[in-house]
Amino acid sequence: MTALLKSREVLLLAVIAALLGLIALRFPAFVAPENLARVFNDTAPLIVLAVGQTLVILTRCIDLSVAANLALTGMVCAMLNVALPGLPVAAILAVAIGLGALLGAINGVLVWTLAIPPIVVTLGTMTIYRGIIFLISDGAWVNAHEMSPAFTGFPRATVAGLPMLSWIAVAVTALVLILVARTPLGRAFYAVGGNPDAAVYTGLHVGRTQFWAFVISGTLAGLVGYLWVARYSVAYVDIAAGFELEVVAACVIGGIAIAGGAGTVIGAVLGALFLGLVKNALPVVGISPFWQLAISGSAIVVAVAFNARAARAKGRIILRRAEHSL
Amino acid sequence: MTDATRHLPDRLESPAKRALKSWETLLLAVAVSIFVVNSLMSPYFLNAWNLSDATFNFTEKAMIAFAMAMLIIAGEIDLSVAAIIALASTAMGAAAQLDTPTVTLVAVGLGTGLFCGAINGALVTGLGLPSIVVTIGTMSLFRGISYIVLGDQAYRGYPPEFAYFGQGYVWWVISFEFVLFALLAAIYFVILHRTSFGRAVFAIGNNPTGALFAGIRVARVKFILFLLTGLMAGLASVCLTSRLGSTRPSIAFGWELEIVTMVVLGGVNILGGSGSIPGVVIAAFVMGMVTFGLGLLNVPGIVMSIFIGLLLIGVIALPRLLAMARR
Amino acid sequence: MLQTAATLDTAKPVMTLTGITKSFPGVRALSDVSLELYPGQVTALVGENGAGKSTIVKCLTGIYRPDAGRIEIDGRPVTFATAQDATAAGITAIHQETVLFDELSVAENIFIGHAPRGRLGLIDWPTLRRKSKEILTRIDAPLNPDLPLKELGIASKHLVAIARALSVDARVVIMDEPTAALSQKEIEELYALVERLKAEGRAILFISHKFDEVFRIADRYTVFRDGAHVGAGRISEVAEDDLVRMMVGRSVDQIFPKSEHEIGETVLRVQGFTHPTEFDDISFTLRTGEILGVYGLVGAGRSEVMQAVFGITRPSAGTVEIDGVPVRIRAPSDAINAGIVYVPEDRGKQGAIIGLPIFQNVTLPSLHATSKSGFLRLAAEFALARRYTERLDLRAAALDQDVGTLSGGNQQKVVIAKWLATSPRVIILDEPTKGIDIGSKAAVHAFMAELAAEGLAVIMVSSEIPEILGMSDRVIVMREGLIAAELMGDALSPETLVRHAAGIGT
Repeated sequence: MTALLKSREVLLLAVIAALLGLIALRFPAFVAPENLARVFNDTAPLIVLAVGQTLVILTRCIDLSVAANLALTGMVCAMLNVALPGLPVAAILAVAIGLGALLGAINGVLVWTLAIPPIVVTLGTMTIYRGIIFLISDGAWVNAHEMSPAFTGFPRATVAGLPMLSWIAVAVTALVLILVARTPLGRAFYAVGGNPDAAVYTGLHVGRTQFWAFVISGTLAGLVGYLWVARYSVAYVDIAAGFELEVVAACVIGGIAIAGGAGTVIGAVLGALFLGLVKNALPVVGISPFWQLAISGSAIVVAVAFNARAARAKGRIILRRAEHSL
Repeated sequence: MTDATRHLPDRLESPAKRALKSWETLLLAVAVSIFVVNSLMSPYFLNAWNLSDATFNFTEKAMIAFAMAMLIIAGEIDLSVAAIIALASTAMGAAAQLDTPTVTLVAVGLGTGLFCGAINGALVTGLGLPSIVVTIGTMSLFRGISYIVLGDQAYRGYPPEFAYFGQGYVWWVISFEFVLFALLAAIYFVILHRTSFGRAVFAIGNNPTGALFAGIRVARVKFILFLLTGLMAGLASVCLTSRLGSTRPSIAFGWELEIVTMVVLGGVNILGGSGSIPGVVIAAFVMGMVTFGLGLLNVPGIVMSIFIGLLLIGVIALPRLLAMARR
Repeated sequence: MLQTAATLDTAKPVMTLTGITKSFPGVRALSDVSLELYPGQVTALVGENGAGKSTIVKCLTGIYRPDAGRIEIDGRPVTFATAQDATAAGITAIHQETVLFDELSVAENIFIGHAPRGRLGLIDWPTLRRKSKEILTRIDAPLNPDLPLKELGIASKHLVAIARALSVDARVVIMDEPTAALSQKEIEELYALVERLKAEGRAILFISHKFDEVFRIADRYTVFRDGAHVGAGRISEVAEDDLVRMMVGRSVDQIFPKSEHEIGETVLRVQGFTHPTEFDDISFTLRTGEILGVYGLVGAGRSEVMQAVFGITRPSAGTVEIDGVPVRIRAPSDAINAGIVYVPEDRGKQGAIIGLPIFQNVTLPSLHATSKSGFLRLAAEFALARRYTERLDLRAAALDQDVGTLSGGNQQKVVIAKWLATSPRVIILDEPTKGIDIGSKAAVHAFMAELAAEGLAVIMVSSEIPEILGMSDRVIVMREGLIAAELMGDALSPETLVRHAAGIGT
């Protein structure tokens, strides 16, 4: 099984390498380190959200409100910056993280205490969060010239050759990797999603574990909300519309089982990188960017079919000769 | 047989008494109150033509919602319906550029819907994949194809008689779409509540394993439901395209959520197993009237979506909160 | 033994439960029961299925919170909000169902919920792995701790469950029917382990309905019947007959209504049924009017074979003949058309559709008969449902009552009624009396005999030896996915059944 999971990530890595190789044949400039760094930076928001979504999906839930959370938090940060231009970036970051966590906690509470199906909860909060952006902004845009240089400069600030945005994606991935591998909560995500009934017997709290998954997913969405608005120097109601599906796509392509309990954080990161690569490569190889949606759609379908094949039940193991033979 | 054998009555309460306590009755009361509030709030509400216009807010979505209700009762979901509308509309638009007659255009629209439904159905039942992810994927795929074909362009130039489906009136203020909606409501009512196929749908939604063990061909029933949902999306595409007179790849964007909301508001259990067509019909009216009423009060669409979102969570949360309070 | 006798008199209970009551909607699972557990002693909790044994285990381990009553440890009252609280109080359990995680490794399954932590409170994997290996060695389980659980068979999984229970320094160890899925050799190893735990001074609650086991291993007993406490004492002071009487509440000699009638022609012939992981080369025949018992330990592959015959899973090889004519069974509907029906063991998941009314459950496989060109005819449905539910003496308020509101026994009657309404040739009953009350049990037995007398061919999968011996004309014994023996007449005895099922002396 470890071998199988590994092979899943290795396979994805191979696909990405092959894709890069093919592009390099005709467009060697694309694989230049500085361009790859640019592609990585462009994919960083997707990576961060996919890592958060992974935890949610591991617990048998789904969070469709991440893009709306991102947009709302981003708008609040932008408006805060306009109202108080002197506010340090650290305070903005704190607001982004805090508000994101709160919006995620709302999802989590509804799933935990009222046991409403996560898809319904997050479909609902997704429209509500978007609507709130309109209410607070009156539908107006916050544009680049209204934002302070410090506000827009933070995600672009280069540290050791990479922009801050990229470093944040790396840091988030590392932190979540530690969380998943080395903390009881991280292991609980797997246990609760893999076998909720058994989880109760081992003293794990299914609802509370799901709650924390939503809080983390929301926190990361809030963090990205600020980074997104600052990087593109604009905030309006519809930013990142439909991005939630790209996030779920990255997870599914990365091998996270939608039925919960199986998949790895690295897989989700690779899934996000695959999508980011496709998106950035299309214009380079001269394919209309309008192809992107269809390509990611096909990738989801292929990936989910692949996941199911790998996970297909082979029946109970009763015959002695069948033991360990998977 | 000895006389010790007790006679089991068919029913504990009469169907009428049961109906009185149902979700549908509650929803109907809500619909009536919204109607009353709306007519008090705006002098323009109680106008036959205005009301007739308001029905367009829900007729197309409701057509899909009927099929979606059956699909959700059977424990599956199709999030690609809005994308199917876009693809079917694109296919019709492309055909219209070749001076295709109206009948063929309609056939192209319905056929595209059916084909998309078949793809979803095959992926879900043939390969045993979870429908929520599959249809998120095909949602991107179907709409993506529309984007590939159209980019930022639009198709126009539909034949004049094609306009009837979305703009025609059968009699006075009664639109063709409304008649179609009413007819489909009746048909779906019969299918779901009066046929053995409908019974199989409920059995599958309640307990797919139990249904399989009872000899029901679960995969086949689900496949048919995906086909029906695709077909309805194709039909809705014909009406919507006809009404708008043009096709853009962003047509019907976000409708899948409104349709799911309509179904859930109509009392269909999102986890499957229960629900009714009358409930969905009333939910369609409720959503249409809310949109219309708020529109008359100049409330923008995005704010209405907050209301829809709250409604979606509220209708599910409320019974659970009440149950918790009782405990 | 001398030392045990001494402690019996002097020891104070480590754990005392008094007046425990627990109700669920429609059922009172436990009413005012008490239980005492002593250090260094095995207390056997005896009772039939549905007596409340599993419910008390769940109260003890923090899964359920009792509605009333006291739980005391060393005389101090305690309450458990979660399973972790119970673990922290030194209570550990080997549950009946394997409550483990397929996707996680053996080591992690052993330690999940209380993994050893290192610096910064992070999980210390090397220690976890080492400790797992130690525990596995202690119980003589040669398992690789890094192996994912899903690659293990049922017996190995059970060893992991035992290892898990021993991973905490527990004062009270609960074993809920621990031998059900084990072979004789593994059972002996378990007994040795129990002795060791006793010697370490731990209190053991041993739940079982096998008397040989209880008399071999236990020091004390407590008997539950229908959720109530009916007796407790020292095992040395009770006779087996008395214990049985307490357990079932009536005379020891259970009467099985086996009718004398002609056994007819062969109706079903299964040949060479094979599956990659579940069973291998299964062949048997069945004649009209015959009851064929299928015996084996839990997890021996009996249900899997029957479900393959019914078309739920497809075997990789093998044929089915009805009346000498080969039939292709690719789905349950094919089996039903061929006259083979299956009453599954898992009533809630596979048998009944508990969210639907009684009459809709009964008519589900017969809708073609009660509908006209696809349109339902409710009158015909009610008539059909009434005919069969009344024949089975179903206890319900009305036919439109949801099946979920019925008792287990009555749910089973609905499931059987459903299949009789299809007029089958062969009926397969998988653990037909598991978890149902005594009254319903007798009714099911009587009915089975009646069906056989009417010429129906019956297959009865059962783990209960009295039921197998009392009802069957012929018995197949399965072990680890293979047919171990086919027995009839004088060859049928409790000893031969156990021998073949556990694989000793063959």
